[in-house]
Amino acid sequence: MIDLYVIPLLKIFFILTGVLITVMYLVLLERKVQAWIQVRLGPMRVGPHGVLQPVADVLKLFVKEDITPVKADRWVYTLAPVIVLVPALIAFAVIPFGTSVHLFGRKIGLEVSDINVGLLYIVSVASIGVYGIILGGWSSNSKYPLLGSLRSSAQLISYELAVTLTFVAVIVMSGSLSMVGIVNAQYNHGVWFAFAQPVAFVIYFIGGLAETNRSPFDLPEAESELVAGFHTEYSGMRFALFFLAEYANMIVVSAVATTLFFGGWLRPFPNVVSLRFLDFVPSWAWFVAKTFCFLYLFLWIRATFPRYRYDQLMRLGWKLLIPIAIANIVVTAGVKLLL
Amino acid sequence: MAEALTFYTLAGLILAFAVLVITARNTVHSVLFLVANFLFVAALYVLLGAQFLAVIQVVVYAGGIVVLYLFVVMLVNLKRPPEAHHDPRRRSRLGVTVALVVLAEIVVIGLYGYVQPAGPAAAATPHLVAQNIERVGWALYTEYLIPFELASMLLLVAMVGAIVLAKREL
Amino acid sequence: MVITPTHYLVLSAALFVIGIIGVMTRRNIIVIFMSIELILNAVNINLIAFSSQLQNAVGQVFAIFVVCVAAAEAAVGLGIILAFYRNKETINIDEMNLMRW
Repeated sequence: MIDLYVIPLLKIFFILTGVLITVMYLVLLERKVQAWIQVRLGPMRVGPHGVLQPVADVLKLFVKEDITPVKADRWVYTLAPVIVLVPALIAFAVIPFGTSVHLFGRKIGLEVSDINVGLLYIVSVASIGVYGIILGGWSSNSKYPLLGSLRSSAQLISYELAVTLTFVAVIVMSGSLSMVGIVNAQYNHGVWFAFAQPVAFVIYFIGGLAETNRSPFDLPEAESELVAGFHTEYSGMRFALFFLAEYANMIVVSAVATTLFFGGWLRPFPNVVSLRFLDFVPSWAWFVAKTFCFLYLFLWIRATFPRYRYDQLMRLGWKLLIPIAIANIVVTAGVKLLL
Repeated sequence: MAEALTFYTLAGLILAFAVLVITARNTVHSVLFLVANFLFVAALYVLLGAQFLAVIQVVVYAGGIVVLYLFVVMLVNLKRPPEAHHDPRRRSRLGVTVALVVLAEIVVIGLYGYVQPAGPAAAATPHLVAQNIERVGWALYTEYLIPFELASMLLLVAMVGAIVLAKREL
Repeated sequence: MVITPTHYLVLSAALFVIGIIGVMTRRNIIVIFMSIELILNAVNINLIAFSSQLQNAVGQVFAIFVVCVAAAEAAVGLGIILAFYRNKETINIDEMNLMRW
């Protein structure tokens, strides 16, 4: 009874709280990191060095006036931000944050549930997230959002293919679809899959940038092109949900990259005995550190690269990434068969 | 007990959303009800222990095919929807009555002709591994390899066909 | 009460009939296509219910092929709809009578 209901509910509570607070501070971190790269200081007024800026942002979004355009489809307009946010949050259900801990005499795993199709579950929630963007743009009954949403959803479904093909390569190497199984496979092989499958890792990261509408693939929400893309007509709390969903998606992409390619919660060189002194660091700390490295990479890339034009973006996805990903699967399967 | 409750809830929601699909005036609402229907059918598959197929249902059906429908609905955005006025040649009430009579017949046959559960089928896969996805994978790649390859050729042909049909000029 | 496969068969039959009603009574061709998808889903529920009862993975393999064929058919069907719409500006199936005598 307790094992079936109470413990998962507690885990969900902790993970959701953690994710929401991380998203809030990720927004601040993005502004700070971009500022430092551009040799300026970023938000400094609210609280010491601007650490209370997220609180100010949340308050602003709460009290803003909630505008619904005339002739917008009211139900779909309200539902669209929810449809974007919910998949971003429920993807955290299968991400393993660490090895099991022993609390109160029980062995509790550090993921909400370890289903045997974990990786496909993440693909499925990502494909549901596309709906919110299509519906948000279409239901606003206005030109810029419609164009932005069509472009964004076409981009998302194109790069979703490339990303799923890289997952296939990882599955061929690990022999299991469950996330915990993949981390264990990296432990058994003794090598992180980023070094065994560098092509798949690069393609996954580029696809992850495109999936979350981040630079350099952020044309659908580029201010200079489309006002604000599919969320132009949204304000206040509804816009906050879109915003939250984008950063939560970033965290999911980073967490999945950590689990699949960088050994999840394993320490560096997990099989080398002489480095056993590093074991005092708890497994979830390794996981969080690696995820933050990826998040920093997201922010760094945003400050560094110019934006891709839309046709260049689609050409990259279809004509370059997908054939390379398929070739990677063939080579991986061949090598695995021969070894 | 919990299984019965889950089944009846899911079945009720599936049928409710299906009825909404065919009776909604606005086509976009119809498409959204179809998505909800597919998601609940995927939940039903999980209840039946077919987790792989549940995820495939969400990825392919709800996340791929219905997105395609949504795009086409948005591109074919008409000012005057097809069912704007009543057509006397179409006898909807007669059709619905006949369909419900057929449904009642099927239900009666199902209730009176209950099949006794057979033992494990003799043609089961030789490797009786525990997990669902492994069993499906074994069957798909050993016994049913030729249909698998034919299905991939069918998808290739459909892809080429769809692109050719939808292009503005060849 | 115990959920027997008969329950799943009744659910599948009801969904099938709803799909048939949709195909026969609606005039919007996109809704007709969506009703066809409902019919295919009903068939899938049937297959998987039997696969679970007989503990044989063949039902699920068949269901995967049904999903595959449905995807191919949806893609080609929607391509045809788009091509027709570009020519005749209509999605009312009663007006798609170019080849009638």
